Amino acid sequence: MPEPTTLSYLIVAALLFVIGTVGVMVRRNPLVMFMCIELMLNAVNLSFVALARELTDIDGQTIVFFVLVVAAAEVVVGLGIIVAIMRNRSSLTADDMAELKG
Amino acid sequence: MDLASDFVPPTIEWFALSPYIALVAGALVLLLGSLTPQWPRGWYGLVSATSAGVSGVLAALQFVDLSEEAPRTLVRGTLAHDRFGLLALIAICLAVVFTSMTTVDAASGRTNVADGTSRSTSDSLEHYALLLTAALGAAIMVTANDLVVSFLGIETLSLSLYVLAASDRRRAASQEAGLKYFILGGFASAFLLYGIALVYGTTGQTSMTGIANILASEVSVPRNDAMLLAGVALLLVGFGFKVSLVPFHSWTPDVYHGAPTHVTGFMASLGKVAAVVSLVRLFVVAFPTRADDWRPAVFALAALTLAVGSVLAIVQSDVKRMLAYSSISHAGFMLVGLEAAGRVGSSSANDGVSSALVYVVLYSVLAIGSFAAVSVVSGGGADGSSGNTLTSLDAFNGVAKTNPVFALGFTVLLLAQAGVPLTSGFVAKFGVIRAAVSTESYVLAVLAMVSAVIAAYLYLRIMVSMWLSEPVSGGVSPAASPVLSLSSRVTLACAVAITLMLGVLPTWLLDISDSLTTFAR
Repeated sequence: MPEPTTLSYLIVAALLFVIGTVGVMVRRNPLVMFMCIELMLNAVNLSFVALARELTDIDGQTIVFFVLVVAAAEVVVGLGIIVAIMRNRSSLTADDMAELKG
Repeated sequence: MDLASDFVPPTIEWFALSPYIALVAGALVLLLGSLTPQWPRGWYGLVSATSAGVSGVLAALQFVDLSEEAPRTLVRGTLAHDRFGLLALIAICLAVVFTSMTTVDAASGRTNVADGTSRSTSDSLEHYALLLTAALGAAIMVTANDLVVSFLGIETLSLSLYVLAASDRRRAASQEAGLKYFILGGFASAFLLYGIALVYGTTGQTSMTGIANILASEVSVPRNDAMLLAGVALLLVGFGFKVSLVPFHSWTPDVYHGAPTHVTGFMASLGKVAAVVSLVRLFVVAFPTRADDWRPAVFALAALTLAVGSVLAIVQSDVKRMLAYSSISHAGFMLVGLEAAGRVGSSSANDGVSSALVYVVLYSVLAIGSFAAVSVVSGGGADGSSGNTLTSLDAFNGVAKTNPVFALGFTVLLLAQAGVPLTSGFVAKFGVIRAAVSTESYVLAVLAMVSAVIAAYLYLRIMVSMWLSEPVSGGVSPAASPVLSLSSRVTLACAVAITLMLGVLPTWLLDISDSLTTFAR
């Protein structure tokens, strides 16, 4: 088992990011799509921490805190919108959201 | 190690930060209002318009001051204090003032019969507080000189806009717009952030000035160069979503269509100003040494956006969707300016920077005015489930017969969007195309002119429908009596006046355009 290097962390982060991206594009449930976006943000956090360690620079780790706060704010707004929609309908998939098109 | 003694607090220039403080103060006053009994109608709008007005005046004072002082950075290099950002900041404040006024109008134009209250949801204080926080986010975006600060600005703007788009709770279309905007906006933010991470990993910097210095000193090794380019590409994708460039534009028509009309105007102007200005600043300040790498990508995006935006615009039958596609095609024009700015060696590269800024500032006035006019015709755009039919092109039939002055004003705004001479739209289009020609991007210049002609057909369709068609007979046509309150009249009159004044006498704009390109670094 080789020692993990910065590159291995970056590769894991890139994989997580791709999983999140694919998830947003193929899943139809807004909640799951939203979770995939969170996964993407956390993948970026992992890269920030790995890069900060590689550069021996504290900035990258500080940025992670900012990103966490932004993600939390997104949860509040996103879940608020989803709950508002669920009040009017019984089920919710992205395919139901097809009133606007053209 | 004694950390406390090492800490040097940044020097804060409070006067230079006053425009932001005015916006925050307004939002806080409004939020405190939730502890008091409901204020009389229109007061919330007055507070938000006042605080945005104060902010705009403060920004204008500093804009004047900067004719003698050199541009500089604030708060340890995180915010830029230059005319480029301040002009955009003034446009943002103007957009908030106009939107506050039209929101009061849209809110009073349609009283809520369903639950017996006399006020609709959009005349609530949250609505105006969100206008101010969105403006704050946009203000931070246009002046941010640091990628992380820029990201925080984008999120402040976007989170406010998601809620505003979904703010009409009685209308399914509005909620759908909010959800679509939220999912795709969050998706775009993730790309943007990954781009920031990769650029940080290569350069060890998040400050745009710092990145530029590192890249200019040629210390990067080949492996890092691939990572840097990937980062720049991801940044471009993220901004592409925010600016709504083709192929990242798919959310724009749906969100513009579904959101309440006065919010759509706000979104179109604020979102565009903030995203375009910070995109230009990012690429011109941080990556001038990599211009040969990003310019082809910008070229391709600009060409695609111009072509697809204008062609798809003319096949729409709903005015809000038409204006949404037209905003996409306008974004293409702004990118033509950025492409010209990418010819770093050329003496005309600065023309590209100033023309893109002037274009987006003039467009923001046009967008607010046009959507305010649509809002008047459709009665605020919210009438329960049938909200979408009222913004169809048919609703505009014969508007000129019932209200010729209003129709004339809207026509001026549409002509300006089409780029007819003697309007601000012509000055804007002429600027970017001249910049493209003088940097020898002939292909883009020709494409821009062709797409302007195609898009002109779209504006002509709305005008024909207003001036030449008979009003819809039978049934109550909402256009038969456009509700024009005082605040709507003032907004439309101001938008038309700005459009004509800068169109007939563009000298002021041309005089300052040179000073716009000196960035704070």
